[in-house]
Amino acid sequence: MPDYNLSYVYVLAFFGAGVGIVAMMMMMSRMLAPRNPTREKLTAYESGEEPIGQAWGRYPTHFYVFALIFVVFDVEVIFLFPWAVLLRELGWRGVIEIALFLAILVVGLYYAWRKRALSWY
Amino acid sequence: MPEGPFGLDPAIWAVVRLVIALALLVVVVLNGALSQVYIERKVQAFIQNRYGPIHTGPWGLLQTVADAVKLLGKEDIRARLTDRWFFLSAPGIVFSPMLASWVVIPFAPGLVGADLNIGLLYLATLGSMTVLGIVIAGWASNNKYSLIGGLRSGGQLISYEVPQILSLVTVAMLVGSLSMVDIVDAQPGWQLTVFILPLAFLTYFIAGLAETNRNPFDLPEAESELVAGFLTEYSGMRYAVFFMAEYGEVSVVSAIVATLWFGGWHGPFVDTAGPLLGPVLGVLWFTLKTYAFVLVFMWIRATLPRFRIDQLMALCWKLLIPATLTNLLVTAVLLLAFPGSLLPVAIANWIMLGLFVLAIPLFQRRRLASLRARLRAAA
Repeated sequence: MPDYNLSYVYVLAFFGAGVGIVAMMMMMSRMLAPRNPTREKLTAYESGEEPIGQAWGRYPTHFYVFALIFVVFDVEVIFLFPWAVLLRELGWRGVIEIALFLAILVVGLYYAWRKRALSWY
Repeated sequence: MPEGPFGLDPAIWAVVRLVIALALLVVVVLNGALSQVYIERKVQAFIQNRYGPIHTGPWGLLQTVADAVKLLGKEDIRARLTDRWFFLSAPGIVFSPMLASWVVIPFAPGLVGADLNIGLLYLATLGSMTVLGIVIAGWASNNKYSLIGGLRSGGQLISYEVPQILSLVTVAMLVGSLSMVDIVDAQPGWQLTVFILPLAFLTYFIAGLAETNRNPFDLPEAESELVAGFLTEYSGMRYAVFFMAEYGEVSVVSAIVATLWFGGWHGPFVDTAGPLLGPVLGVLWFTLKTYAFVLVFMWIRATLPRFRIDQLMALCWKLLIPATLTNLLVTAVLLLAFPGSLLPVAIANWIMLGLFVLAIPLFQRRRLASLRARLRAAA
């Protein structure tokens, strides 16, 4: 098996080990810990008050705006990685292209900024 | 047939090496989390002029062990209205990426789990997987505190991921490789990346504080308003898993800082000490560097107050992202304009670091002014 594939076997093995450790600890806890559920214990914790309704409802849209801007920038960053590694091979042409690409995104960021999408209030 | 090390068949050696690497890293990570809890409590105590744990074992050394045993024996409560499978799987989703991050980190010359050629990208990807676990935990708990904590955490982590990855890209540009081993090899002696790219180090460290939900960015767990944030509904061992994952993340970020900017295992006598002692010294230097940054994390926690959520978002989007983008482009242009000499890059980066530090008070002044104007308008 080539070395390249072997490294990804390691990655998979470590993910498996992470899940395995958590499962093992949960098993140990299940064997050792008492289990005595009561009605009050199984309600959601709301500082001692009786919870009203569920939590699965509406929440502030700020998070949504930030998530949208984030998606744009995260995709941008993925494009930056190959360019960064090959910076010297691609030379000035690469820098100019990336600068144009970034400029378009920065205009977007500036627009969001002026629209007060980046301010919480 | 070619023979592997210790006269073993290469195929068998591959399996043996994998098992050894797994066992070592699991022990190191779990012990690291346990000892970090103890160190954190002691450091906080000394900073606040008190003793910290002293009763269990000598100097209270066994306190964390006792806590772990206690958590193991605690009832594991799953409230009635939670989303069962998401609630149960969230700790694993947070924990296993943290463990898997250690695969690519070189501990000493030749001592690395797997030298992936996309090491940095891999680390960035695993860092963002934590967000999934935390948002899932917040949503699945069906608790209002948890939901707000999980969402805040999601918003914070995804925002700070952008400057964090941009800082990593700057280092990749300098070295011309994404492999962690290549990055360490590029910094022999005093040629540490931190002297060349100080601003990227600072922005990465700030973003790293936010990515690990540590002070002053620990809003998702702001106990005065959200009880325990996304952890509110978790108890017993499940809570402990989240806790360990969090401390593990702190050491992962510190290890990345030590590797990328401070030369990883490079240190005095590593190259001259021989094939057996050299790696041991390498591990020692690497651990010392990593724990130095873990201590800085703790020091910051004891010193700084918590941000408000709008300040947190503004710091990221209005200061860190423009700064890292500028830094990236300037570094790229200078690297191309002066091939063969890193001095212009270093000088420009130190100037940019100075400008960045000067920009912070200006930024605060403007924010305060707008806040006062709002208050006046409201009065």
